[in-house]
Amino acid sequence: VKAAAFDYARAETLEQAAGLLQQDGARIMAGCQSLGPMLNMRLAQPALLVDVNHCKGGRRAEVEGEVVVLGACVTHAMIEDGRVPEVGDRALARVAAGIAYRAIRTRGTIGGSLAHADPAGDWPTALAALGAEVEVVAAGGGRRRIAVADLVEGAFETLLRRDEVIETVRVPRLSPEGRFGYHKLSSRVGELSEGLCAVLRDPGRDVCRIVVGATDGKPYVVEDATTIVDDPGGIPELVKAAGLGHDPVHARLHAAAIRRALAELDRP
Amino acid sequence: MAVPAAETHQGVGARVRRKEDERFLRGRGRYVGDIRFAGQLEVAFVRSPLAHGRIRRIHVPDAHAGMVFHAGHLEGVGGIRAVSGLPGFKVSEQPVLAQGKVRFAGEPIAMCVAATRAEAEDIAEQVVAEIDELPANVDMLRAVEPGAALVHEEWGDNLFLETLVDGDLDAVRSRAAVEVKRTFRTARQCMLPLEGKGAVVHYDRNVQQIVLYTSTQMPHIVRTGLAGCLGMDERRIRVVGPDVGGGFGWKGLLQPEEVCLAWLTLHLDRPVRWQEDRREHLVAAANCREHHYEITAWADPDGRLLGLDALAHVDAGAYSVYPFSACLEAAQVGSILPGPYDFEAYRCRTRSVCTNKPPIVPYRGVARTGVCFAMELIIDAIAREVGREPHEVRAINLVPASAMPFRNITGKDFDGGDYPASLAKAVDAIDVAAVRRRQRAGEPDGRRIGVGFATYTEQGAHGTSVYHGWGIPMVPGHEQAGARLTPDGTLELRVGNHSHGQSMETTLAQVANEILGIDPAKVDLVHGDTALTPYSTGTWGSRSAVMAGGAVATACEQLGERIKGIGAHLLQAPVDRVRIEGGRVVAGSASVDFKEVAATWYLKPQHLPAEVDQGGLEVVAGYRPKVDTGTFSYATHAALVAVDTETGGIELLDYVIVEDGGRLINPMVVDGQILGGAAQGIGTALYEEMPYDAGGQPLASTLADYLIPGAAEMPEVRILHMETPSPNTRFGQKGLGEGGAIAPPAAITNAVNDALRDLGIEMTESPLTPRRLLAALIEAEERTS
Repeated sequence: VKAAAFDYARAETLEQAAGLLQQDGARIMAGCQSLGPMLNMRLAQPALLVDVNHCKGGRRAEVEGEVVVLGACVTHAMIEDGRVPEVGDRALARVAAGIAYRAIRTRGTIGGSLAHADPAGDWPTALAALGAEVEVVAAGGGRRRIAVADLVEGAFETLLRRDEVIETVRVPRLSPEGRFGYHKLSSRVGELSEGLCAVLRDPGRDVCRIVVGATDGKPYVVEDATTIVDDPGGIPELVKAAGLGHDPVHARLHAAAIRRALAELDRP
Repeated sequence: MAVPAAETHQGVGARVRRKEDERFLRGRGRYVGDIRFAGQLEVAFVRSPLAHGRIRRIHVPDAHAGMVFHAGHLEGVGGIRAVSGLPGFKVSEQPVLAQGKVRFAGEPIAMCVAATRAEAEDIAEQVVAEIDELPANVDMLRAVEPGAALVHEEWGDNLFLETLVDGDLDAVRSRAAVEVKRTFRTARQCMLPLEGKGAVVHYDRNVQQIVLYTSTQMPHIVRTGLAGCLGMDERRIRVVGPDVGGGFGWKGLLQPEEVCLAWLTLHLDRPVRWQEDRREHLVAAANCREHHYEITAWADPDGRLLGLDALAHVDAGAYSVYPFSACLEAAQVGSILPGPYDFEAYRCRTRSVCTNKPPIVPYRGVARTGVCFAMELIIDAIAREVGREPHEVRAINLVPASAMPFRNITGKDFDGGDYPASLAKAVDAIDVAAVRRRQRAGEPDGRRIGVGFATYTEQGAHGTSVYHGWGIPMVPGHEQAGARLTPDGTLELRVGNHSHGQSMETTLAQVANEILGIDPAKVDLVHGDTALTPYSTGTWGSRSAVMAGGAVATACEQLGERIKGIGAHLLQAPVDRVRIEGGRVVAGSASVDFKEVAATWYLKPQHLPAEVDQGGLEVVAGYRPKVDTGTFSYATHAALVAVDTETGGIELLDYVIVEDGGRLINPMVVDGQILGGAAQGIGTALYEEMPYDAGGQPLASTLADYLIPGAAEMPEVRILHMETPSPNTRFGQKGLGEGGAIAPPAAITNAVNDALRDLGIEMTESPLTPRRLLAALIEAEERTS
């Protein structure tokens, strides 16, 4: 398995990258941990790869008031290691540490993971639960913000327009009593999830949200999840509502992931 | 000169560090992928997208004519034929590029050459095979039913071979208190060596030879087979195995791609290389382990096994592989299903079924992993039926030490050991009593724990008397080794088998040290090259320690006599008064080192008397064990598992292996072999599976779908050794390289069934994936609700 021929361009700025994306068959390349195998198996055959790894500010990480702002090229490993600010309850670090393998985490990026929009991926589900937004930049320099919960439209599909690039991920900080629960089930350490759930309970900000991942399409968001958080008896109903009930084995895995994510809220 | 003080022992039994690690651990090994010749081209194969169909036409774009070759181009190249002499065996001939029909998804159809592999793949993408699809045989049980599409039309059915080991079961059936019937199934797998298969070949005009560098376990057999396909004299072919990154059986055959490349280098007059990639391996080399068993066992009220009746199917795939044939696996099932047990009545019918899948290849352990799974699960089923601890039922059925040596019900000659002792040590080490207490108390996290055992024998170093009966193209006989003292007193050993991870550069140097006292650092092993080594069937069937070890010992003994003759003269002592010690010839308090002996022979012959042995300091010697029916190493594996009934997850909490491999040449190497095998066995038990859809498409074509255990999934395996020397081999050593991979599926499944016993669940199919386990749990819940 060798990639088909493609052209390569190294963007200096994200605006420039967005401009290059207007070319036919252009595709963005960040950590290349999902795209790389797709290229090699010729599942993706782009005419042009636009490398954004060297864009200025791609790995910025700072606190802006109540929001942690992370450049799209911040790697999972940087988050896992605490080299960027945390939002609270070690939420980001815990998610990052469970992504694939360390070798992948040292290159894979938070922005790339969101743009790739794999339903079994960690960040679309976790960041939707945390109420994060992405700020995207277009070819002309125009910017807009999109909630992560809306960004992912379906399996490997996002709202991003052809010439838009994710610039930053903006994650609200938890209040001191905020708790984040996260659980994923995979058949082996490092594999993509077969059951995935993130839950944020933050009374200080009046948030209680569950997001179920590893669906057939976009993550399933329950904006007010107080009832289920208080009474896990409703989990089977939630699994059904998320459209994951048809196969009993599958449904059981999803239910287990949700139950364990909820249990994490009360961990010591 | 004084004799130096004896150094730390470095001979047989010593934990000598691996000599080959100097290059391997520094990333300096030289594999097929590291070899490059001037003007070398790369090959990509076009492989069949369908499991079964008739080829109407292969379309090659004009732009690539001359770069693409299919069966029509390979004039004069014969197919691969591996015929078994067993009565009723039906012959398949595998064209090296598909001809007329395709018979499995992934079968090579054409080869494309270009300067780089990527460009060769570009061409391959544009080659279109027009194929009329035929119904595919995906399930071996349905492939033998009337009306199934025929893989080889001329056969009239889809059976390579049926065998019957007959026996009279009436007596035990009528008096047995207990009868258990079970059906078992094991999934199809890939072997997945770290280094894929690969070959690079060029033509050497100086010696008029095709020189094939190939990642192989058996260079001489590949040469013999290749010469047959090409219709050439063997002297016109040289096969070289460079460093080989794991084989496990996948590199123990002549592969169609090797024949294609040899033809191509002659046709193009250019060196060419093909390197199997991971996807090609997963698709075209899902080739092992797929068995199905229906077994009835009879026992007395104590669980004493009286008789066994079995019908076994093996999915042998589309063709018969050279040299092992399509029947080795099933024929082995019939002869080894009784395992390490003694019972009085046995009947086993086996069927090697031809299907639209890659040809079956013997994988580490060959049929033993499936056989052990079936037999050990039957033992546990009997134990449940009679209400006893499974290890107690095992203990009363194992061949006792007092009966050794023992000829079992299928005529296997067990060469010693204490099978019940290995079980008892495992019971002790895993602490069954503590497990039972813990089970009664329950786990704080709600999981269920269970303990399971499996005991097996591993026949290694099978000789002529075992293999000639199967009548396959290769029957092992005497093994030979060369030993040559160089002018500076170092030793070169030459053997015809080839290491693909067995550490033979170290262990055979230890054998030389044992005989000649020479420092293993001064011993080099030349192997894997047909031009430089004596003929050998190669490295397979856990034979190298016994066969090459025995041959090297014999060669070193004979060389030692020559060394002594020269040394005695230099010491002015009678030859019967000198001995070899620590790499020197010693007479009383005087001695002379090998270097001086060698320098005298090669460079200063004027110092030698006329009557010196003119054979010099190089010998080739042969070896065969006293009894060549094979060594029988054995082990008991014990697994402690925790089963999560919410997720179907299985964690290995503890894993104990009590192994008896006879006298160990290097215990550290043996531990490595056991651990590596156990990892593969855990893969078979819990992860590895190549599923097919109804059309015969392999569904796990990447490592995201075909799961193998990684570091996180491996438990801390505790290995306990017993050492019962074989009476038949040079040092008492036994073959044991495959054993680790044999028992894990059985031990782990027995442990899971122990854990789930209260829920009325008994798993009988491997691997135990979460999906399979959850489906069983849901079914059990529905049954009881």
